[in-house]
Formats: sequence, structure tokens, C-alpha cells
Amino acid sequence: MYGRKVKLRFLFVSTILLILILTVFLVLKSLEENVVYFQSPSEIKSLTELTNNKIRVGGMVKKNSISMNSDEVNFIITDFKNEINVTYSGAVPNLFEEGKGVVAEGVLKDRNFFSATKILAKHDENYMPPEVKAALEGN
Amino acid sequence: MIYSVVGYYALILGLISGSILVYFSVQNFRNSEILDTKILSLSFLQLFFVVVSFFGLVLSFVVSDFSNETVFNNSHTTKPLFYKITGTWGNHEGSLLLWLLVLTLFIFIFLLRTNNQTIKYKTLTTIFQQIIIIGFFIFLLKTSNPFNYLFPIPEEGLGLNPILQDPALAIHPPILYLGYVGSSIIFSSALAATTLKMVSGSWATHIKKWTLISWIFLTLGILLGSIWAYYELGWGGFWFWDPVENVSLMPWLALTTLLHCILVLEKKTFLSSWVIILSIATFTLSMCGTFLVRSGILNSVHTFANDPERGLFILIFLFVLIFMSLFIFFFFHKDNQKNSINLFWLSKESAIILNNWFMMYFLSVVLIGTVYPIFLDVISSEKISVGPPFYHKLIIPFLIPFLIAMAIGPQLKWIKSNLESKKTLIILLFVSILISYLVVKNFDKNLLINTILISSAFYLFFITVRDFFKKKFNNVSQNIAHFGFSLLILGILLNNLLSSEVITNLKIGESYENSKIKITLEDIKQRDEKNYNSVVANFKIISSNGKINKMSPELRIYNQPNIVTSEADIKTTLMKDKFIVINLVQNQEYFNVRYQDKPLMLWIWVSVLLLSMGGILSFFKKRV
Repeated sequence: MYGRKVKLRFLFVSTILLILILTVFLVLKSLEENVVYFQSPSEIKSLTELTNNKIRVGGMVKKNSISMNSDEVNFIITDFKNEINVTYSGAVPNLFEEGKGVVAEGVLKDRNFFSATKILAKHDENYMPPEVKAALEGN
Repeated sequence: MIYSVVGYYALILGLISGSILVYFSVQNFRNSEILDTKILSLSFLQLFFVVVSFFGLVLSFVVSDFSNETVFNNSHTTKPLFYKITGTWGNHEGSLLLWLLVLTLFIFIFLLRTNNQTIKYKTLTTIFQQIIIIGFFIFLLKTSNPFNYLFPIPEEGLGLNPILQDPALAIHPPILYLGYVGSSIIFSSALAATTLKMVSGSWATHIKKWTLISWIFLTLGILLGSIWAYYELGWGGFWFWDPVENVSLMPWLALTTLLHCILVLEKKTFLSSWVIILSIATFTLSMCGTFLVRSGILNSVHTFANDPERGLFILIFLFVLIFMSLFIFFFFHKDNQKNSINLFWLSKESAIILNNWFMMYFLSVVLIGTVYPIFLDVISSEKISVGPPFYHKLIIPFLIPFLIAMAIGPQLKWIKSNLESKKTLIILLFVSILISYLVVKNFDKNLLINTILISSAFYLFFITVRDFFKKKFNNVSQNIAHFGFSLLILGILLNNLLSSEVITNLKIGESYENSKIKITLEDIKQRDEKNYNSVVANFKIISSNGKINKMSPELRIYNQPNIVTSEADIKTTLMKDKFIVINLVQNQEYFNVRYQDKPLMLWIWVSVLLLSMGGILSFFKKRV
């Protein structure tokens, strides 16, 4: 019916299409799984359900809230409306200071406790993460 | 003050000479028996003006002329002379001036050194290049003038961000720019060649040199940035899939693919569409990088000032360039169908096409990961970030066939070939699997995937080594580049597998101990320097084998601007880096300590040097 060449070409094209579809699917799925959402303390307060997914919390480090022991650093992130307690064991970036903006990445324990695995480094003293700025302005 | 004035007017004169240059080029393009000497001299004049302008800014920095806004914002009298000079391009305005300098320098060299191409081609390339140059002139003068005048003149400047005061970072921007901007010549000449329908083997030979230059500098520029991030940012890694890193990786991937396609075009006169599209893509991606970094959409040390007007300008400019190039491509380009049909599956050409598709896949993954969060923010104002797991998950599985194809590909011949010495290839494969298994089996995490990954990297490693001794310097540049790449992947994988880290908080006199290591913070010393105060912490580190190391990381408190930076202490040996960095949290007695064992770091740097060495050898190789 069809020549060998046509069959071969058909096979070739369908393989490519299949690979393409598979790749797109893989990329989208992976994107869905590995995206980290950013939330402010107020948004966390109003969450209806807690998941175990990694999230980022941003806001200001509350004045006089930092305390340290040999394993961990504890502090409070505030957006001046709501606040959240953060425990963190890891390296602290240079510009981590009370009264300055901060972004912490980790998992929520409950609506008041956040266990951070990473604190994001900022690069200069005037810089405020835009997410934090938006979170503060939004209130 | 005088330097700024001279610099400013030189910029305007440069813009004017650019416009005249376009006029003469168009004239010359219409009746082109000989190349108008005016074009060459105008191009030189333009370069001269930009050089004058650039030195005007450098001198303003050297004499700390704070009537210049750029100098005021980024310099300080107590800064060492070296960093006053390098501070010239450590800011938005200055770095764009540098970008312009490289643009004009490259078109001048292009006109001077291109001898065996037609006059029409040379003038048309000049026109396209001048469109880019004029665009940047207007951008610079309109939105980011480096010579803005301040009155009353401030007494003292605001200083340069201390983490930029570093030798590696001083030369990182110029080197990277030579790579980025080098791709502009490829862009312009690809458009010119398409318009004139002269995309052919001889054109490929001519443009190959430019691609190599661009590729070498881009590779070295990324390497420098990575080394800097490793020792200065204190995160103890060399690649973080940070958007700012990604935007330099994307042009690199496009450029590497282009390099391979050009080889095919040179020998076999096909893949011409690939070459043109990739030439356009490389420069567009470089521009995209500039746009994302400069507009303040991405946050990093590169974001000097967030000004929406700048972002908008680059975005419009970018769209004009993309539109123009796509129009030229679809309107003028006719693919030469004759050659592309007979493609045998086991040949060098098909291996390179396979390589292209892999590279395009990697490129799209990086592009999606970088752009998707921005896109989502714009359409739904949902704020997200895409982390390393995304890239690892999507790139690593494809790395395995990629590495194996990279090992086999160069064994093949053009047009049609059989795989020679199959026995050796198979034996080497088994040897690699065995070695990787022995390396990986001590670690219980992901035994299977790690073994396969590392064995494919070892496979490429062994095959390139074998080729090096067998082929007797036949294609040594390709061989060294591929060897470097295998070493890079091996280094990254093993480093990932074997690294260990301790993070703890210590008071003076305290120690941390686990089964492998004991870290003691013995004492601290304070020292005052001209532009910073430093706190040096002395650590005693005892490894499980009883070896004692003394390490002294440092904290620097800069006076202008008032910023604390951590200077890591790194002990580099052939097989392993020991890395320690400290930080202080305000009003706390504890020092935050991060100690890392990072195996094979030196190899990672050396492998990238080898990679670019391959490019350099290819550049200087005589045509056979």
C-alpha cells in the first residue's frame, strides 16, 4: 500500500511528536512540583489548609526578636499586621538584621511557626526584596 | 568636572558619527565597487569618541569628581585606586558605556580584518551593527547618562558596594561583555549574509572566528563570576540556578550550539537555517539578559537601580531587533533543500543535529525556569520562585544520553560511517560503569542514578583521553574541549556527592564536634584598615584522621557604604577545598559558622579553563 520510505518517515515523525509531547509534559509537571510560592505573614494567617510544600515567607525582622543558641537562630517575621515565629539552623547572610527586610524559605509547622531551611541573601543595604515591599504595601 | 564634560560631548559626537556612518554605508551599498574609505575612518572616529568618553568617566572616578552623579553614587575618596578604576563599570551607566565601547571596537576590527568577503556584505553588516550601536547610544544618553551633573557638589561619594571590590569581579564585566557583545557581530553579519543570500561554507569559515572569540570570552566571563560567587558570597557553591546566572548560561548554550552548526555548514553546506536562527538567538538572549538584569525585574548584585523607563526602552529595542531579524529570516532565507535530504543516521552531521536538539532542550528548560516566575507575576501577581530541583530534575536525566552521544559523535565521519573499533568502545563503557559503581557504592543515596550518571561522564572522559593519544593531534581543539567538559561534569557530580557541611553557632572558646570533625573557635582579632574594620576569627579544625588545620575567616565592616561582608577562608588542595565562613548577628555573642569540605573544586575551575582552551586552540589553528 504505502512504500517503505513513507512508512519510515511516518514512524520518524510520530516518534518525534511523541518525544515532544512527553518533554512538554515532563517540564510542566516538574514546574508544578518545584515551584516555591511566596507569602506574607498575613496571607499565612488566612490560609485554610496547611501543606507540607516549601514556601517563602517575607517581611521585616521584628525588633528585639532575634535569639540564638548553638544550633539555631530564632526570630519573628512581621508585616506590621501579623507575625510569624521562625526557627532556622543554617548559615545567616551578612545583611540579616533586626528591622530589615528578610525572605525565609522552608516549611510551615502551623500558622504561627515556620521552620526555615534557607534565609535569602541580600546584596546591599538599600535593597528590599520586591515581594517584601509588595507585602508591606499591601497592608 | 572637565572630564565629564568632554566625556558627554564625545558621546554625542559618537552618536552623530554613527548616523553619518549609516548614511554613507547605504550610499556605498547601492554602488559598491570599492569600499568607501569614509566608512572605515568614520568607524574609527566613532570608536575614538567612545574611547574618549570612556576615559572621561574613568578619570572622573580616579580624581573622585563628585559633581558627576555616577561617581557620587558609586565611589568614595578612601577607596583604593584600583577599585576606583574598576568601579567605572561596577554600575549601570558605566557598564553600558563599556558595552558601547565593545560594540564599536568590534565593528571597527570587523571592517579592518575582513578581507575575503564582498563589499556589499561588509557595508550591510556595518548598517545592522550601527542600528544596534545607535540604539545603545540613545539608551545611554536618554535614560542612563553617565555624566549627569550634580549641584551643589557633594563633599563625599556614597561608595561602591564592598562585595564588588574584588579582583575577580573587577575583570568579570569586561570579559563577559566581550562575549555578550561579540555575539552582536555574529547577529549583524548573519542578517547581512541572509539578505544577500550568501550563507555558505566560506561565510561559515569567516564567521567561525567571531563565534569562537565570543564563546571563549563568554565561557571565561561565566567562570570568573562563578569563582567570585564561590569565595565572596559565602554560600559555598559555584552555581545556584539564580536567574542572573541563567541569563548568562542561555547565550552560552546557544553559542555552543552555533559553534557546532557552523562546523557542519563549513564542511557540508547545510544546517544554514540553524546557523541563522542561532546567530539571532544568541544576541537576542544576551540582550534579554541585559533587559532582565537592568530593569530590576530580577534581583541580584547586578541590579544597580530600578528604573522602569530603562526596562521599557530595552524591551522595545529588543522587540524591534527580534522583529527585524525574523522578517529578514522569513523573507530572504531559502533553505537549500538539495543537501539536507541525504542524511545517514550514523554520521557526524546527524550526531551534531542530535547535539543541537539536546542543547535546545537544555536552553528551553533554563528559559522556562527563568521566565516563568516573571510571567506568572505579570498575569496573576502570584509570586513564586523556581529552585534548583526543577533544573536538576529536568536536565540530569538527559545528561546521560547527551554525554554518551558526545563521546561517540566525534568518532564518526562525515556523510556516512561505521563505528570503528567497537570493541574498545564497549570495553571502555564497562570500565566506566565499574569505576563509578566503586565510587558511588559507599553512598547509599540514589545508587542507580548516580552510577549511571557518573559512568557516562567517565565514559566521555576515557574516550577523549584515548582519542588524545590515538589521533595524534588531528583535532586537538575539539578533543580538549570535550575532555574539559567531561572533567567539568565529573567534577560537579562528584563534588555534589562527596561534599559535607557543618553549620553551627559558636561563642569564643567553644567547639563543635561530630564523628568526623572538631571545630574550635579559638579567639578573634580586630584590625583597622583604611576603608573597613575587620574581625578575624581563628579556628582550629581537627579532622577524623587527626590532621589539624588553622583557618581564619574574616568579617569586614566597611565604612562607606556601611556594609558587612564575610571573607571566607579557603584552603585549596588538589583533591579538596576546605571552606569556612563566619557571620555575626547583631547583639548576639554567637558567631554563625559554616564549614564545608568541597572535593574537586580546583578541577571544576580547571575544566572550564580547558574547555575555553579548546576554543583558543581552534581559533589559532591554521586551516587545513
